[in-house]
Amino acid sequence: MSLTEEDVRRVATLARLELSVEETQKFRGQLSSIIDYIGQLNELDTNDVEPTSHALDLKNAFREDVCERKFDKESWKSNAPQTGHGHFRVPRVIEE
Amino acid sequence: MDYTAVIGLEVHTQLSTESKIFCSCSAGFGAEVNANTCPVCLGMPGMLPVLNKEVVSRGIKLGLAVGSSIARTSIFARKNYFYPDLPKGYQISQYELPICEGGGLEITLSDGSRKRIALTRIHMEEDAGKLIHGQNLGHPDSSYVDLNRTGVPLLEIVSEPELRSSEEAKLYLEKLKTILEYLGVSDCNMEEGSLRCDANVSVMPKGSDTFGTRAEVKNMNSFRYLQKAIDYEIERQIALIEEGGVVVQESRLYNPDRNVTISMRSKEEAHDYRYFPDPDLVTLEVSDEWVEDVRNSLPELPDAKRTRFMERYSLPLYDADVLTKSRDVADYFEEALKTGGAPKTISNWIMGDILRIINERSLTPAQCPITPVMLGELVSLIENKTISGKIAKTVMEEMEKSGKNPKAIVEEKGLVQITDSSAIETEVDKIIDCNPGQVAAYKGGKEQLIGWFVGQVMKATRGKANPGVVNELLKEKLDKA
Ligand SMILES: [Zn+2]
Repeated sequence: MSLTEEDVRRVATLARLELSVEETQKFRGQLSSIIDYIGQLNELDTNDVEPTSHALDLKNAFREDVCERKFDKESWKSNAPQTGHGHFRVPRVIEE
Repeated sequence: MDYTAVIGLEVHTQLSTESKIFCSCSAGFGAEVNANTCPVCLGMPGMLPVLNKEVVSRGIKLGLAVGSSIARTSIFARKNYFYPDLPKGYQISQYELPICEGGGLEITLSDGSRKRIALTRIHMEEDAGKLIHGQNLGHPDSSYVDLNRTGVPLLEIVSEPELRSSEEAKLYLEKLKTILEYLGVSDCNMEEGSLRCDANVSVMPKGSDTFGTRAEVKNMNSFRYLQKAIDYEIERQIALIEEGGVVVQESRLYNPDRNVTISMRSKEEAHDYRYFPDPDLVTLEVSDEWVEDVRNSLPELPDAKRTRFMERYSLPLYDADVLTKSRDVADYFEEALKTGGAPKTISNWIMGDILRIINERSLTPAQCPITPVMLGELVSLIENKTISGKIAKTVMEEMEKSGKNPKAIVEEKGLVQITDSSAIETEVDKIIDCNPGQVAAYKGGKEQLIGWFVGQVMKATRGKANPGVVNELLKEKLDKA
């Protein structure tokens, strides 16, 4: 299976990546070969195999509904690239 | 051409749990900005979300209440999209294997007929944060992010496209809200955003069975806006088709100030959510015992309560419907009944004065200055003929003002009804003596004048005479006059 350049551009948009024309061509080849490699799994007959949602055979990890403050009220700021007016500050996301 | 509207609703309800769905931060409303956050809900690298068991119990509870089948095996998925209200770059939700599938709820249409609206599914997910844009808070080129709401548990309830008008959509949402409140799983406060609704709307030629292309209308945070937004969208699609245009599948945002829906084309690519099972959250298995435990904790639900009110208290459907719309009002009614008053009379007072008082002052029934016991006593005073229904109105006003109990008010103000017929007789004689003209007219056949005579006696006794006794005496005396 070979991806088109359009496929690559779409994946890049979804991942918020900006690719040059050269990069698009380069990744088209690389992504296609990765998908072909994974595609070998399709050769197996999986009709009688339950779909796997997790690699671990663990079930039911819960916490009780208890509210607990584990971090200082201001600690959210410590990793924020930008803050303002007591909020995280980011580039404006909607136009008027 | 005539068209039929096809509407399905996706309702999000915030659960009133103590803590968030995947971390122990408070799920409460109104904290300082970003104070209710931790590495898990901030989406820091290496964090591990752990499921709040109570959220599952509440999902099961709602599912049982609306007759869904409860999935014994259920998984969480990542819904991927980039937006600053979602720090991880994905929302933890359920996609394949949601906690509940199927079920339905019944709405009562304006003509009194019932209609069952089927549900597709109910699933658990986390809420996103809140954004404030530009100069609404600070710099015009910035948006500001509050992540207190990120990770607050939500149930999303998806209906089948079985609603046919904005009115039906409103009734459906009201019914769902009533059930959620009865169950106590959510406080359903629409102003605070704990009940939100998106609508999938399409139109098709009347009689057709092929649905048209649908648009998803978002951002309707009140019953009024829900109806207006759907009505607008139906009109828009019909006009578009009549002009030879084509409805495109898209999300549209409702703008309440202008009463229009606006295309959100910028978000189109976001529809590719690339769901996949979240490796951080292990498979959820719900045992039969767990389901049974939850089933045993279910309260009496609105439909069952309505039927019981009609059967046990002989209330008309209308009364039973109004009283059971809110569990608190239904409880108020049953509390008041304990004083021994007649159910229908108590119901009338609740549907009239009590609901008016609590709506005007935005109170819960429990906060009403007139307690159920006070109302019950008032009704008993009418029934044992201590006061007339008219005087009861005065007592009600006084109770609302002073919070005193009705007996005290009646005694203090000297409102006890005159049932002693000799005292009433004196007044009746006086009225007959003083109004020979009216008496002659009455005897000449104008029998409706009896109302006027009763009015005069009531006036003379300042409303305290027993109207039954007045009526009887008047008829007797007028016949002899
Ligand atoms: Zn947290």
